[in-house]
Amino acid sequence: MTLDKLLVIGAALFCCGLYTILTRRNAVAVLMGVELVLNAANINFVAFSHYVSQLIGGQIFAVFVIVLAAAEAAVALAIFLRMFATTGTVEVDMADHLKG
Amino acid sequence: MAPISIDAAALLTSVQSIVPEIIVVATAIFVLLLDLAISEEKKHLLCGMGLLGIGVALFSVYALGQGRIEGFSGMIVHDGMGAFFDVVILSACALTFLMATGYSEWEGTHKGEFYSLILLSTSGMMFMAKGTDLMTVFLGLETLSIPIYVLVGFHRNRMSSLEGALKYFLLGAFASGFLLYGIALIYAVTGTTKIPVLATMLYDPRILASPLFLAGTGLLLVGFAFKVSLVPFHMWTPDAYEGAPTVVTAFMSAAVKAAAFAALIRVLLVALPGMQPVLWKVLWGLAVLTMTVGNLSALVQNNVKRLLAYSSIAHAGYILVGLVSGDVLGGQASLFYLLVYAFMNMGAFGVVMLIAQKEDEGYDIANLAGIGFKYPALGALLTLFLISLGGIPPTAGFVGKFYLFSAAVKNGYIWLAVIGVLNSAASIYYYLRMVVYMYMVTPDVEVAVPRPPRILFSMALCASAVVVVVLGIIPRSVLEIAERSVLSLLM
Repeated sequence: MTLDKLLVIGAALFCCGLYTILTRRNAVAVLMGVELVLNAANINFVAFSHYVSQLIGGQIFAVFVIVLAAAEAAVALAIFLRMFATTGTVEVDMADHLKG
Repeated sequence: MAPISIDAAALLTSVQSIVPEIIVVATAIFVLLLDLAISEEKKHLLCGMGLLGIGVALFSVYALGQGRIEGFSGMIVHDGMGAFFDVVILSACALTFLMATGYSEWEGTHKGEFYSLILLSTSGMMFMAKGTDLMTVFLGLETLSIPIYVLVGFHRNRMSSLEGALKYFLLGAFASGFLLYGIALIYAVTGTTKIPVLATMLYDPRILASPLFLAGTGLLLVGFAFKVSLVPFHMWTPDAYEGAPTVVTAFMSAAVKAAAFAALIRVLLVALPGMQPVLWKVLWGLAVLTMTVGNLSALVQNNVKRLLAYSSIAHAGYILVGLVSGDVLGGQASLFYLLVYAFMNMGAFGVVMLIAQKEDEGYDIANLAGIGFKYPALGALLTLFLISLGGIPPTAGFVGKFYLFSAAVKNGYIWLAVIGVLNSAASIYYYLRMVVYMYMVTPDVEVAVPRPPRILFSMALCASAVVVVVLGIIPRSVLEIAERSVLSLLM
């Protein structure tokens, strides 16, 4: 595994995440896209701290991001659950009552 | 492997640099636990405890002074700028708590977690404002955002509240992803996330020309633009502001904006002055777009909360005007305006909260009809806050805008200032429209009966009014503090 390959994987993952966020209409699927974007950044951090800077700063950053992603997912799922209990769906398009 | 040695003196300085944050987090946890221990009729104690904690935290900011204290090997710094934003954020939080005394009673948010979440979010904002490492800034941003997602959806049986929370979460998480990927790319090119170190590396032309670095900076800016709601990244703002419980809306508009701008100011003035020739064009465009779109959209709103949401977008544009030039004068004007904006906007939301009978339906502009003469105190207060938002003398809003636009003119951005002044003039139309409704429109049915404010609620409104008037007449000392804060940043 070389640095270049890892970077390509990171970029590909970022693009997949972006594509998911922009095309899927289900809130849970959008959340999955967000997780992909966060993990793409994590791959970059870990790869760079391993190959280039030799310090573990980037790896520590990745650990922080994993914790944050978990916290974010917990809050997100709580919101989606309430949404589902109220409207019976978690389609993003259904949330269009606020306008102006 | 060598044993890890701990430098006791360094640890002590580190703890010292985050004393206000520690107090806020401790209060948040204490309030949450206290909620379990006390009976239903004593829930108002929670709010009091929160206020006490904020008071102690404010005192600790004062006691730490304006000296520079670096902590955690350069991850966090308590400098003049950190102290300034600590005061702004804590004041906004205190006003929120004062208003929550009444609001919680009416809408049933007298819950430990409500106050605790506000305090946790406040601690995140303070970390963000004091972070000198992109990592701390990002962690602060998430610590402030996650409680806010919950708070926006706090009325969990109201559809609009849930919808606001859903939209805010999806776009906010998306923006965090962008920001993080931007930081990762910057780290890739420079090998560091420390803001002062980045600044020295930017004198290397190879880094400036690197496409990865440019992409990283772009993504970083997009992430920040989402959080301070700059056009075209503002779509979530009106929905989240309208759906959220009104105290939370007031808190978001004042405190989140201040924290996000604090981090943006630090990054722009410290890390990226080397990019100024490229960056100012982008910021110029963003500022013009944000002011214009925000004001034009606000012209046609009939829901007061939505109107104030668009006005808050426009104000983000005004504050950005101060950052286009990237010098002390502009930075000072932005800091001053963020302080003033916190008070005048929270004041306006406070009065509106009293007049609206309940969430959702009560915020129609027609509801304001006839209030002015029937309830002179409320009418006068709302008028004061609105003319300050519109930038009419002798209020603090006028002084703030004057310094923002004069900083732009002094740095040669004449057109930016002209567009800003034109926008400001347009905004007076919709602010005065609310005043006209209050004083000149006869209501169709009965004049709405505002809810009787609690003593603490009235105190919050009076304090905001006093700040708006006093800073409008004698702004000098606060402007000097703002200037020293920006200078402390550039040292």
